[in-house]
Amino acid sequence: MDLVTLSRMQFAATTMFHFLFVPLTLGLTIIIAYMETRYVKTGDETYLEMTKFWAKLFLINFAVGVVTGITLEFQFGTNWSRYSAYVGDVFGSLLAIEATATFFLESTFIGVWIFGWKKLSKKAHAGVMWLVAIGSNLSAVWILIANAWMQSPVGFTIRNGRAEMVDFGAVISQPFAIYKILHTLSSALVLSSFFIMGISAYHLLKNRHTEFFTKSFRTGLGFGLIFSLVVFILGDMNGVLVAEKQPTKLAAMESLWETTDMAPSYLFTWPDPENERNAIEIGKIPGLLSFLVKHDFNAVVQGLKDFPKDERPPVLITSYAFRGMVGLGVIFILLTVFGWFKRKDLLENTLYLKIMLFAIPLPYLAIQCGWIVTEIGRQPWIVYGVLKTADSASPVAVSQVAVSLVAFILVYSVLGAAGFYLMFQKAKKGPDLVSE
Amino acid sequence: MALQSIWFFLWGLLWALYFMTDGFDLGIGALYPILGKTDQDKNTMINAMGPLWDGNEVWLLTAGGVTFAAFPLVYAVMFSSLYTALMLILFALIIRGVSFEFRNKVNHPVWVKVWDTCIFIGSIAPAILFGVAFANIFKGIPIDDQGLYQGNLFTLLNPYGLLGGVLFLLLFVQHGANWIIIRSEGDLHDRALNMAKNIWPVLTVAAVVFLVASWFVTPLYQNYLTRPILFVVILVTVAALMSVRLFLHQENGFKAWFASALTIIGATFFGVIGLYPNLFPSSIDPSYSLSAHNASSSPLTLKIMLVVVILFVPLVLAYQIWTYHLFKDKVQQEDFMY
Ligand code: HDD
Ligand code: HEM
Ligand code: HEM
Repeated sequence: MDLVTLSRMQFAATTMFHFLFVPLTLGLTIIIAYMETRYVKTGDETYLEMTKFWAKLFLINFAVGVVTGITLEFQFGTNWSRYSAYVGDVFGSLLAIEATATFFLESTFIGVWIFGWKKLSKKAHAGVMWLVAIGSNLSAVWILIANAWMQSPVGFTIRNGRAEMVDFGAVISQPFAIYKILHTLSSALVLSSFFIMGISAYHLLKNRHTEFFTKSFRTGLGFGLIFSLVVFILGDMNGVLVAEKQPTKLAAMESLWETTDMAPSYLFTWPDPENERNAIEIGKIPGLLSFLVKHDFNAVVQGLKDFPKDERPPVLITSYAFRGMVGLGVIFILLTVFGWFKRKDLLENTLYLKIMLFAIPLPYLAIQCGWIVTEIGRQPWIVYGVLKTADSASPVAVSQVAVSLVAFILVYSVLGAAGFYLMFQKAKKGPDLVSE
Repeated sequence: MALQSIWFFLWGLLWALYFMTDGFDLGIGALYPILGKTDQDKNTMINAMGPLWDGNEVWLLTAGGVTFAAFPLVYAVMFSSLYTALMLILFALIIRGVSFEFRNKVNHPVWVKVWDTCIFIGSIAPAILFGVAFANIFKGIPIDDQGLYQGNLFTLLNPYGLLGGVLFLLLFVQHGANWIIIRSEGDLHDRALNMAKNIWPVLTVAAVVFLVASWFVTPLYQNYLTRPILFVVILVTVAALMSVRLFLHQENGFKAWFASALTIIGATFFGVIGLYPNLFPSSIDPSYSLSAHNASSSPLTLKIMLVVVILFVPLVLAYQIWTYHLFKDKVQQEDFMY
């Protein structure tokens, strides 16, 4: 295999693995801070026990999230040195701000939180959790601004043989970044609330600690319902922007070959890139795509044939990942709306509880699908319209990358297995309640 | 240009802060199998750095991130040239970071043994490798006019590079032992104190050998010879190292720890001053070297980052000092959180 392919595989493997753990950190820090605040406000011991139980699971997850992030910080230099030299003036500063302004917050205060139960007042201790939550979520903001710039580069000029920053304000305030941030952070809250509901459902089905887990379930449900809706709405807004800034990605998401007005959406397609058409098309809804992305049934949407072959992303995977995400998004709304109507008598609805238990992996899947759409849909560009992925890799020996890739796969498999095993064990064991 | 020079020294400062902070917890990890005789000792050791190690490690991310932002070409060439060495450091930090959280979660001897080993390897390997990497940078790296590295991992393992590795390890181990003195009592405290006293002469010899070897192997002293006032930095560092021994004799862990912290900062700046203005010198031809002048970002980016650093680094230092202050007393068994 060639250097670029190996480097891409390594980057994909390491970021996707990192992002197995990131969303739960982002969402749970907020929910745990909320629980602890409820405890401080109401004095209700159940909230304290909830805080401690969910934090135990969160900390295992957090440990893996942190260590896998370290790799990524350096991987732009080790594996994408041509990219780093070319866009570092813009991109590097975003990464550096992330480290300086936000990683310190989460990493310093998580230590204070874990070890500070006796040293701090109740209020201060809950405040520290808020600092962790703010730190994590702000770190996501900065990395997503960096990623948004790769999708839709703004505020720069090509000078001295590289991209140089001319307008920092434009880089950090473009709508593409803002929608991406809101969509991703809400998706993390969806994942975290499904995590809480699923584990609570497991114990409710066994009739254990029913008060504790009913309360936990309802807390998760509240967040889940709101953010499933938010994710959906922001996803739509994201799509509109993609249509404007990255027409090739949009066409691949919808497997649309011909430029046309009244552009249709399909329920099912099987793209055939060889012949530049869909081999199978089922359930055509004329004009829907035009409406979704331009808010006008008659608007013209560009198809893939409008672009040279070497500027088109892989269609099959992009379109399927997109459909997977959207389909799951609809399911999440249905599940949480249903749950909302049954929230008073959860224990009676065993089928619903079973479904929620087995729904835990679904948001994980949706989130990975989302990133696949975003990143693979961006190909063959690494910075859309500016720099190609093929011109970005480091000039290192192929064997070096091959060895590190294999090492990552081995080490991460063990880490992932150990991490999920521990979370699974602790989740199954349930809280140690003093009150029962 | 002044801005580039300011950034050069900020770059040095961030690496120095990283070595000073993470240095002691890497040192504790390297001492872990030796000082940690019983399970109780081991738990005391990891809980002694428990609230702090993660925040310390972020200095590495900041040093790396700032290299990217201020000197993108250095970030690109340095980390791709040192590919294998850096990957080894990353893997070490990965297995180490999860070990603290995982170790006590399953009560089985094999499980515990695995993560104990990870703590040890994950601490000792970065300590040595950072030393090897920086000594090689002091000496010059075989990069050509395209910034392509003409060597492999073993090119780095030359005598001077290895000497740098040993020196860093000893510095960190001294620093770590001093922290254990602060946060433990009884038998562990006494053994840590003895250990610190025993390491000190070895460290001092290594430091002297390194200073002398640098004269012959590297161009570091040129800047000192043009501006002799700079020798003050070396003198302060040596004085700091001497006072480590004095404070150990007084059995004052705090003072000894501050002295070893200052020694690490001084040792880093010894090299950084000597390097100026080069960040990544070429040993093939000096004109291929990457310097603050030919590898920096645009003035606009440097200014933006300067504002960020001036705002945030003092703030971070303030709250990190607060956490150190919060967690400076002796670790008791009921405080074990891992
Ligand atoms: C949307 C959110 C998001 C995304 C896209 C990424 N990360 Fe991440 N990262 C986080 C959100 C996050 C986090 C939630 O803030 C983490 C997870 C666990 C943690 O401790 O913080 C984190 C941890 C984390 C750490 C460890 C920080 C520490 O020690 O506290 C580093 C160095 C990175 N990340 C770097 C990266 C890089 C270079 C990425 C891009 C390729 C990346 N992350 C993608
Ligand atoms: C954490 C969530 C993310 C996931 C799951 C993810 C996933 C992926 C995948 C699957 C690829 C491979 C695409 C391909 O080669 O076909 C990729 C490539 C890449 N992504 Fe991401 N990505 C994430 C976040 C980011 C962020 C935040 C950035 C930048 C700030 C980024 C920058 C890159 C780069 C530089 C590449 C390599 C070049 C390329 O193959 O396009 N990614 N990512
Ligand atoms: C239900 C309707 C949804 C729509 C219309 C939608 C739309 C989109 C679009 C257009 C993108 C690509 C943005 C880009 O390329 O920059 C995207 C990315 C993404 N989606 Fe969705 N999405 C939906 C649901 C979900 C759900 C339910 C989740 C997870 C729980 C999710 C998680 C993500 C993530 C993590 C990304 C990558 C980050 C980003 O680019 O924003 N999405 N989504």
